Amino acid sequence: MNKLMKNKKLFKGVNVLFVTVLTTAILAIYLAPFLFMVFTSLKTPTQIAQLGSPIWPAKPAAYSYKGADLEVYKVPAATCAGSNPNDKSIKNLAAVKKGRQETTFVDPANAAAGEFTCKVSWRALDRPWSWAPQWANYSEAWKAIDFPNLMGNTTYYAIMSEIGVLLSCTLVAFGFSRFRFPGRDFLFTILIATIFLPAFVTLIPTYYVFQKLGWVGTWLPLIVPTFFANAYDVFLLRQFFMTLPRELDEAAMIDGAGPLRVLWSIIIPQSYPVLMAVTVFHIVFAWNDYFGPLIYLSTNRQAWPISVALPTFNGLYNTEPQLIQAASLMAMLLPLILFVIAQRFFVQGIVITGVDK
Amino acid sequence: MFEYLNKRQKLPSITSYRSLSPIARREMRNGLIFLTPWIVGFLAFTLLPTLATLLFSFLDRKVTDSILATPHFVGIANFKQLVTDPQIWSTGATPGSLWVTVRFALIALPIGIFFPLGIALLMNNPNLKGQNFFRSLFYMPYIVPFVAAIYLWLGMLNPASGWINRVLAWLGVANANLPLWTNGTSLLTGVYPAYVIIGIWGLGNAMLIFLSGLQGVPTELYDAAKVDGANSWQTFWNITFPMISPVVFYNLVLGLVGIFQYFQLPLVINQGNGLPGGWTMFYNLYLYRTFFTYQNMGYGSSMAWFLFLVILLVTIVLFSTAKYWVYYAGESR
Repeated sequence: MNKLMKNKKLFKGVNVLFVTVLTTAILAIYLAPFLFMVFTSLKTPTQIAQLGSPIWPAKPAAYSYKGADLEVYKVPAATCAGSNPNDKSIKNLAAVKKGRQETTFVDPANAAAGEFTCKVSWRALDRPWSWAPQWANYSEAWKAIDFPNLMGNTTYYAIMSEIGVLLSCTLVAFGFSRFRFPGRDFLFTILIATIFLPAFVTLIPTYYVFQKLGWVGTWLPLIVPTFFANAYDVFLLRQFFMTLPRELDEAAMIDGAGPLRVLWSIIIPQSYPVLMAVTVFHIVFAWNDYFGPLIYLSTNRQAWPISVALPTFNGLYNTEPQLIQAASLMAMLLPLILFVIAQRFFVQGIVITGVDK
Repeated sequence: MFEYLNKRQKLPSITSYRSLSPIARREMRNGLIFLTPWIVGFLAFTLLPTLATLLFSFLDRKVTDSILATPHFVGIANFKQLVTDPQIWSTGATPGSLWVTVRFALIALPIGIFFPLGIALLMNNPNLKGQNFFRSLFYMPYIVPFVAAIYLWLGMLNPASGWINRVLAWLGVANANLPLWTNGTSLLTGVYPAYVIIGIWGLGNAMLIFLSGLQGVPTELYDAAKVDGANSWQTFWNITFPMISPVVFYNLVLGLVGIFQYFQLPLVINQGNGLPGGWTMFYNLYLYRTFFTYQNMGYGSSMAWFLFLVILLVTIVLFSTAKYWVYYAGESR
């Protein structure tokens, strides 16, 4: 009996190990692109172009000797003067005088031994690489893409539209969750159904009218509509409001509070998590929005957010992949930081929209 | 979320308002006041534009024309052009945009459902330690700005220096056989799989929805299945899948609506020119070019309405199948 229990425990342990290792392996593959981005952003363009160079940022090793920077090569020790012919090791040596038949080297590890020759052609030798991240790529990309201006624009868009979403969606969700009247559920069904409407069906006349109003090239077409509520955020807020007990509302109403007062003093203070969820989702949405700014702002370069600037930057610097990766990484940084800080709100929000009825 | 769409709802009307008591009338007035932002927005930015698009589809109008220009009706000429346009329907060497979209959907949609479901099942495995840690990290790429993610992946998929081809080369694939990814037309290593790979990097959302669906399955059901001697395959199809069918349905519906409107990735990656060989000229991308590049609002409008009808039809079909396979717990059947 005891042995059986022991076996069962062992079996469970093996299972835990197997599943956890498997998941870790999949996760490592899944997140490897981030490492690729970081490594590439720190490389020199020469290294990126060179086939067979290491995947990590590196440059060929060099050794400074008598005031000159010498290139270091991987030399089979047996070819060198004064060595044991059976020595199979490979030494990193700095080439003093290059030759086709024999090359003069100095050993960086033992410079006191002086110069010696080895019977190898330096052209046939590989070079060892040493870790050499090019941090200057980031400052170069920062300046080339005018990052502070892009950050400012993107932040402006995120904040202004955030205000619109929070204001309008809270009011509408309150209307859908706290008042009973004939036709309310019909209106709610219509709200949900707008999710299925393809964007272009409404975009064509809207763009046409905005263009005639002279709004194309300004932020207005992107910010104004956010003040008129959207299906996802209303749904999220409504689901949460429905779970709040009505007793407090009713008590406040008996004390003479109007609906706006109830919303402000009773509902909102209890809704901190869902308001946070709407906020973080919307910041990420605005930060990542590409199509809206593309069609309305492409003529006004000064107003570009980062998502629109990045493809243009890519077109200009397509011979310098390290700058593109550095700029992409900078563009990701804020959403990633926000996610690390506020991940529980993201998770909660998704669970409500996807699983709730 | 979509259960509301299956129920018949009463319309708001003056008669129903008259039949109410004074207190109920006040409640209705207050409720409607709070709904005003959405009602106004719905009329101004959804209903009116949708009808305007329908009107434009019968006109011969350019984006540059004045709003007040006398409408020039062309009857159903735009729709006639639409049903015969080889750039939409062709199934030949240069595929039409609808065929491109359908073909891509057939590849991308099943992967977009089963891959996140697989990861969610792995996350939900009781033998996994550190579930929250893994959940956060699998979700993380979803919040990365999609344009930045595209450049990251174009680097990863670069035929010469990208890690994917370096791994393939290391595994022994000859240099001449290394895939072209975004410039290739192979169904296994060409542009579609490249898009699918970039797409599943953002599976976090679907994965989280599946995971919370899985966590909602009562454990008694699994215990009962165990007592009955069910194997894990039977348990999945007879318990797990029916219990999470509402979230499968949710992801499937959103996936379908999204894939018919797919165009931002090819717009950025191939500048929207459909390379290689028209393989990335998706329907919505063709629509985008018709409207923004060629400024042809009349034809663009009829294309938009056609897309609307296709999506409507597909979702109606999907919703009508729901009663056969989607099971809402707590609902009498």
